[in-house]
Amino acid sequence: MLRGVIAKRIAQLGIVRHGLALIATVLLGGLLSAVLVRFAPGFDSDEQELDLHLNSQSIQALRQARLDQHNIFHFYLHSLNRAAHGDLGTSISLGQPVTTLLRQRIPLTVRLVGLGLATAWLLALGLALSAAWIRIAAYDALNTFLSGIFLCLPAAVLALLSVLWRVPAALVIASIVFPQLYRYARNLLAQGYASPHIITARAKGIAELRILFWHVIPVAAPELLAVAGISVSLAVGTAIPVEALCGLAGIGHLAWQAALARDLPLLMNITILVTLVTLLANSTADVIGKALRGHEA
Amino acid sequence: MRIGRATTWRGAACAVLLLVAGVSLAANWIAPEGYAKQYREAADAPPSHAHWLGTDEIGRDRFARVLYGTRISLLLAPAAALLSTLMAALIGGLSGYLGGAWSRAAMAVTDLFLSLPWLFLLITVRAVLPLNVSPLFSVLVTFLILGLLGWTSAARVLCATSATLRDSDFVRQARASGIGAVRLFWMHVLPNLKPVLYAQFWISIPAFILSEANLGILGLGVAEPMPSWGSLLKELEGLVSVGEEPWKLVPLILLAIVVTSFQFVLARQEEAAA
Repeated sequence: MLRGVIAKRIAQLGIVRHGLALIATVLLGGLLSAVLVRFAPGFDSDEQELDLHLNSQSIQALRQARLDQHNIFHFYLHSLNRAAHGDLGTSISLGQPVTTLLRQRIPLTVRLVGLGLATAWLLALGLALSAAWIRIAAYDALNTFLSGIFLCLPAAVLALLSVLWRVPAALVIASIVFPQLYRYARNLLAQGYASPHIITARAKGIAELRILFWHVIPVAAPELLAVAGISVSLAVGTAIPVEALCGLAGIGHLAWQAALARDLPLLMNITILVTLVTLLANSTADVIGKALRGHEA
Repeated sequence: MRIGRATTWRGAACAVLLLVAGVSLAANWIAPEGYAKQYREAADAPPSHAHWLGTDEIGRDRFARVLYGTRISLLLAPAAALLSTLMAALIGGLSGYLGGAWSRAAMAVTDLFLSLPWLFLLITVRAVLPLNVSPLFSVLVTFLILGLLGWTSAARVLCATSATLRDSDFVRQARASGIGAVRLFWMHVLPNLKPVLYAQFWISIPAFILSEANLGILGLGVAEPMPSWGSLLKELEGLVSVGEEPWKLVPLILLAIVVTSFQFVLARQEEAAA
């Protein structure tokens, strides 16, 4: 009985469909990055061949190994097969297993992005709620101006200034994510307040706090959740210049190092990881949003 | 009253953009020595009568570099925006109009691109191409990448708009009167996508300017000695104190002013699209 109810709920929320779409997109993303790696100029050359200690047989073996990777599907399937066994290959530029590099760097990025996102959401929701609550044009204009300033500055410049002024790096991520969130949240709340049922509630003399928490926020919540997924993607993207310029050894820094050194196999694995994270965030937000809408209905 | 104030702001923004574009286009006359000439005896000099914004650490006139850099960024960002808008119109508009499997396939590719953070996607694709290239080639590659990758979000909007138009009465009537599919798309669907296309074009310009700046600071943008806002902002890395060398912030202030002006102009385009 219970199992049937759970299965029905899973089907209603489209969790299986989301999961399948996620797997398909990640596999497609992996194939795309494999194609890029395979056809990138310089794929066929190997610095190891210049090593004077290698004899002709060793050089021939190296060439043969590369020849095996010429077929793109063979190359991709081989990479997938290795990945399934926990082997993501070795970084060309850093000379270390990719798995080790990722394991070392993921915690810092998770902490940085998490802190940045939490700060951005607190700030955006706080300001949007207060603007909706106070309803003074000057206060609203001030908030819009503040968020507008950050919209006009590149993340990399903010990262450089954070180093100069010794501001925590998470605040840079927050300052890039916050303006987008604020504008969206403010518009949603303004729309909510303008809806007929809120005007009726006000006319009936219901307290403002009750209107906000019982009638405005629940209506805006599913759409705000959709933005939550996008905000993760934005924060992960911002982590690259922030980590690279603040000297923080996270995934963003690793991606930047891999790009500068054209360490393409490493970049391919990071691409798959980032695709997975952003898709998971978006799918989770989507499923929770659907659940909330279903609950309201 | 509010509308009048907004129009004034937009007018001022357009004037600022025209002024900046005009001055940068006159770079050859204002700074005839060019952006690469070195004044070795005056390296890293503060502002003076000869060098209004001082010189950089290898003795190049910073004012000349700002002028030429502004020209490159202001000319190529709209060019990249135009390319991405055309691609969005073609892929998004056409797939929405055709519908069915075409639409699903186009949106699957769009979703794939959108699932990656924009800056990460740029860095990955830029890294795949050779990094050690001539300055002119680096300029073209940087803005081509922006144009070729920046169509995805616009394509999604255009696909939805185009799908709505496909089922509209006037398109059905045109189809019933025997107009061919290509002519129908070209003469009836595409003109109705214009407001969305204009809005997407204006949205893309400031986004591409900021993206180029980010790439430049990370060392993956326009190569030296060619200046662009990205490469000029890279100088902020060596900044010890904003108070001691405020003139180094001029490219940043100029970029912020230009992007803000685009945001004001953009508001009008969004209204038009709505």
